[in-house]
Amino acid sequence: MQDDRRHIASAFDRDLEAIQALIMKMGGLVEASITEAAKALATRDEELAEEVRLNDKAIDELEERVNEEAARVIALRAPTAVDLRVILSVMKMSSALERIGDLSKNMAKRTGVLVQMPQINGSTTALKRMAREVEAMLKDALDAYIQRDAELAQDVIDRDGDVDQMYNALFREFLTFMMEDPRNITACMHLHFIAKNIERMGDHVTAIAEQVIFLRSGEVPGDRVKHDLITPDAGPEGSGGD
Amino acid sequence: MNDMRVIERDVDVTETKISARGVQVYYADNHAIKDVNVDIEDKTVTAFIGPSGCGKSTFLRCLNRMNDTIDICRVEGEIRLDGEDIYDPAVDPVQLRAKVGMVFQKPNPFPKSIYDNIAYGPRIHGLARNRAELDEIVERSLRRGAIWDEVKDRLDAPGTSLSGGQQQRLCIARAVATEPEVLLMDEPCSALDPIATSQVEELIDELRANYSVVIVTHSMQQAARVSQKTAFFHLGNLVEYGETGKIFTKPEDSRTESYITGRIG
Repeated sequence: MQDDRRHIASAFDRDLEAIQALIMKMGGLVEASITEAAKALATRDEELAEEVRLNDKAIDELEERVNEEAARVIALRAPTAVDLRVILSVMKMSSALERIGDLSKNMAKRTGVLVQMPQINGSTTALKRMAREVEAMLKDALDAYIQRDAELAQDVIDRDGDVDQMYNALFREFLTFMMEDPRNITACMHLHFIAKNIERMGDHVTAIAEQVIFLRSGEVPGDRVKHDLITPDAGPEGSGGD
Repeated sequence: MNDMRVIERDVDVTETKISARGVQVYYADNHAIKDVNVDIEDKTVTAFIGPSGCGKSTFLRCLNRMNDTIDICRVEGEIRLDGEDIYDPAVDPVQLRAKVGMVFQKPNPFPKSIYDNIAYGPRIHGLARNRAELDEIVERSLRRGAIWDEVKDRLDAPGTSLSGGQQQRLCIARAVATEPEVLLMDEPCSALDPIATSQVEELIDELRANYSVVIVTHSMQQAARVSQKTAFFHLGNLVEYGETGKIFTKPEDSRTESYITGRIG
């Protein structure tokens, strides 16, 4: 998982490998968290949702460890060039992964509320598909990181547009349900927040993929065009066309 | 990349002080410097880094013709100080070295009093007309060397009685006493403890306001801390020369990257 050239001080290599192993462990837990949260929602499994909420603690702890290790490497080894970029990237990635974990936990929390209500037809299948796409993107982003594969990372970044489109479609669907029958509003609001959570996860995965490109080139790719509906300065429908 | 330190000290000029073109150095058959081209800027600290034997000290010594003293050494190419060829036969190396001062790895005060260590250069170059003027030069130089407060009450004590760090600052004060325009430093901190090193590094940063400083160092962290420009030498070649922040975060050449990150190149 390291560059082909090794450090003269082999302990430096071990430090960098250890910290990247922590990120991968964190990535594995976050992937599982997304899958299980989506599954709990689709199968209305309250127990599994509760498990997802509890498992988030381990992700938070790993984030803290990554930051501690990164601080230690900076203090003891004064990393430069590509080594410095490894440290900077793991710090950003751990924070992105932690946020994804939180969003997944929030999804599980809303699932706990939703199972108490009558089911809204068809919507959870679309949400599950959306979550599966984000999870696949995360897996590819982590693979791209390990293999230092900037092309795969760029592919992940491009795929985030699909997730945004899925969110837009769901947004309209939930709006229709709510207009049809006001008794659907509470459930649809929860479902909408879940959709928004998954859309945000996609943005964090994109941030991880951007770190791979930064690691390779030293440049962070420029701002991409957002495709989701909600932008701060316009109403939901107002910016739908961009 | 913006270097905050340049802004901080407000000496943001990019005038070329020393310009080297096609410099080759041979020690007998050994080709030690291979076609080096570099423009060293005025009022800037330039660091030369590279593994042992890469030619960085050799090149530094070309800049004030210290290599003249080595019989088997042959220098080709052109080195210009303010546009004048320093290897022109009409140039007096002694005068040149008054303009291009040097500080060495080991502090080497003369076996004389602190006062005479500083006064020696100005005396032989006739920079002072009387004792009062000489006193003034000595005080000003010791102040620039950031050692005045520590030695002002014992100027008659031998220079060798000072601690290592003080001796090195004395040597820097001695080097600036002749009002040089360029200061060459060959591993000035390698014999000093971290506190003395910090003092010398702070001094180097202050000297930058008035001089062009060129420092050879084995400590990459030191190069990163004190310099605005860094040149990486490898096997007699100048591999990469550029803004220090860039060299240490995004070097262009893979050999530079291998060296600064401590990998086998």
